[in-house]
Amino acid sequence: MTIEHIEQQIIEEFEQFDDWMERYNYIIELGKNLPLINAEYKTEKYLISGCQSQVWLHAAYEDGKVIYKADSDAIITKGIVALLIRVLSGQTPDAILNTPLAFVDKIGLKEHLSPTRSNGLLSMIKQMKLYAMAFKAKYK
Amino acid sequence: MTSKAPDILAFREDFPILKRSVYNKPLVYFDNAATTQKPQVVIDRIVKYYAEENANIHRGVHYLSQHSTMAFENVREQVRLFLNANHAHEIIFTRGTTESINLIASSFASKHLLAGDEILITQMEHHSNIVPWQLACEAKKATLKYIPFNEPGELELSLLDKLLTPRVKLLALTHLSNALGTINPVKEIIAKAHQKGIPVLIDGAQAVAHIKVDVQELDCDFYCFSGHKIYGPMGIGVLYGKEKWLNDLPPYQGGGEMIKTVSLEKGTTYNDLPFKFEAGTPNVSDVLGLETALNYIQNIGLEHIAAWENKLLTYASTKLQGINGLQVIGRAKHKSSVLSFIVEGIHPYDIGTLLDKMGIAVRTGHHCAQPVMDRYGISGTVRASFSFYNTKEEIDVFCEALKKAIEMLK
Ligand SMILES: Cc1ncc(COP(=O)(O)O)c(C=O)c1O
Repeated sequence: MTIEHIEQQIIEEFEQFDDWMERYNYIIELGKNLPLINAEYKTEKYLISGCQSQVWLHAAYEDGKVIYKADSDAIITKGIVALLIRVLSGQTPDAILNTPLAFVDKIGLKEHLSPTRSNGLLSMIKQMKLYAMAFKAKYK
Repeated sequence: MTSKAPDILAFREDFPILKRSVYNKPLVYFDNAATTQKPQVVIDRIVKYYAEENANIHRGVHYLSQHSTMAFENVREQVRLFLNANHAHEIIFTRGTTESINLIASSFASKHLLAGDEILITQMEHHSNIVPWQLACEAKKATLKYIPFNEPGELELSLLDKLLTPRVKLLALTHLSNALGTINPVKEIIAKAHQKGIPVLIDGAQAVAHIKVDVQELDCDFYCFSGHKIYGPMGIGVLYGKEKWLNDLPPYQGGGEMIKTVSLEKGTTYNDLPFKFEAGTPNVSDVLGLETALNYIQNIGLEHIAAWENKLLTYASTKLQGINGLQVIGRAKHKSSVLSFIVEGIHPYDIGTLLDKMGIAVRTGHHCAQPVMDRYGISGTVRASFSFYNTKEEIDVFCEALKKAIEMLK
């Protein structure tokens, strides 16, 4: 599935929710349920420091696609991380580099990706794109 | 001395921002330790300055310049009265507590700090009262030491004698901890340091809005605070220094206003106090805003303010006790209206995010006091800090919202 396709799915899922509470409950459930990263990657080396909540990110290159794994110590951050992984993991470096990740705004989570938030998400996206760029350079 | 208690909540009406809502919920502002809101009179004062009085000061022959100069210098006298300093020229205007501390750290270190010397701080300092000393110590190959604090959040003063070694050149500590709410017995600590001839700087950023400060009674050598934490504007702060120290220390920044004569051949001679430490055009409008803020709170009475805030603290502390897994961080006997806490198994950031959605502004994280968090082995706390304009009803809303957030996150 393309990035736009997955984004559309997520937008439709979020359209079912009437208020912020339901949206956040859903994000929290995503955060709780997904074991996102192996313990061996939850180390300083993979840490993206966001001052308040921490994010760990690991990337691998398989068959022309980038596979991301990530985690966070804050559950809401982790839920949003899960959504980003769902959209970006398994895509080609080019697709990852070109997407504006428009769904974040459409499901009302834009504030979490603002530079004034100290949750590490923005740095995580930057790091995801850097990985994509590195794989693209290495394998093309 | 205590006058009849005013109807403290009537003053809430003076703060226009408290009438607004966020996310369609009435704003509950519990981040007062980060910055306090401004009463209309302070806002009006700044507007009036720019609408009717603006001119550069100290150098003009014209009417507006002289008017502004007089208004500006009058505030110095008001701040002197506020702190009960001996002389108006012991009051230096800065950008805030951070700049006040940097000024002393830099000027003091350049003249008095030598390799092998020590600067003593405490384990509960704001980064603003740590990093300037780290920089000074690094530059001079001196050592930074600290007074630790115990589990409830009180300084281990039994260690003070031992820590005040002959190598200590200065002791810098906070009057009131922004992360724990602890009010330190600064007067006794200052007396102990003075017995050994060690000067003391007090970080009063959190204290001035809650405690009546008398620098002569405390006998501190330096006292620092920020306008924005005492209902005044951002970008203005105060450094009080004893005359003998301010005369002794070299200037911090060079520029206009702080000089007597400048010659490219013969060098520069410096101006007298306080101008020696006020290089460049000062922040006149915010100095005037600060004056209005100081008058405003003195008119209410700091003792009435503190009494109401203590009631709010007790009320909130009692209510929070009923919440499972919640642990208050900072349980000093003498504390101010700062309520820092963690909830078992839940990240403070998550709680802060959900409270925000319910219209409640709290601070989460390390509160610029990472050593305090390290002491407890935690990454951060949720901090609610109250002001006299807050109400018990707001605390009720906060507690219900907190329970809801915990329910969602559990
Ligand atoms: C105890 C303490 N010291 C220093 C500061 C720094 O004040 P400012 O940022 O106004 O310079 C703060 C502000 O949070 C504080 O709480």
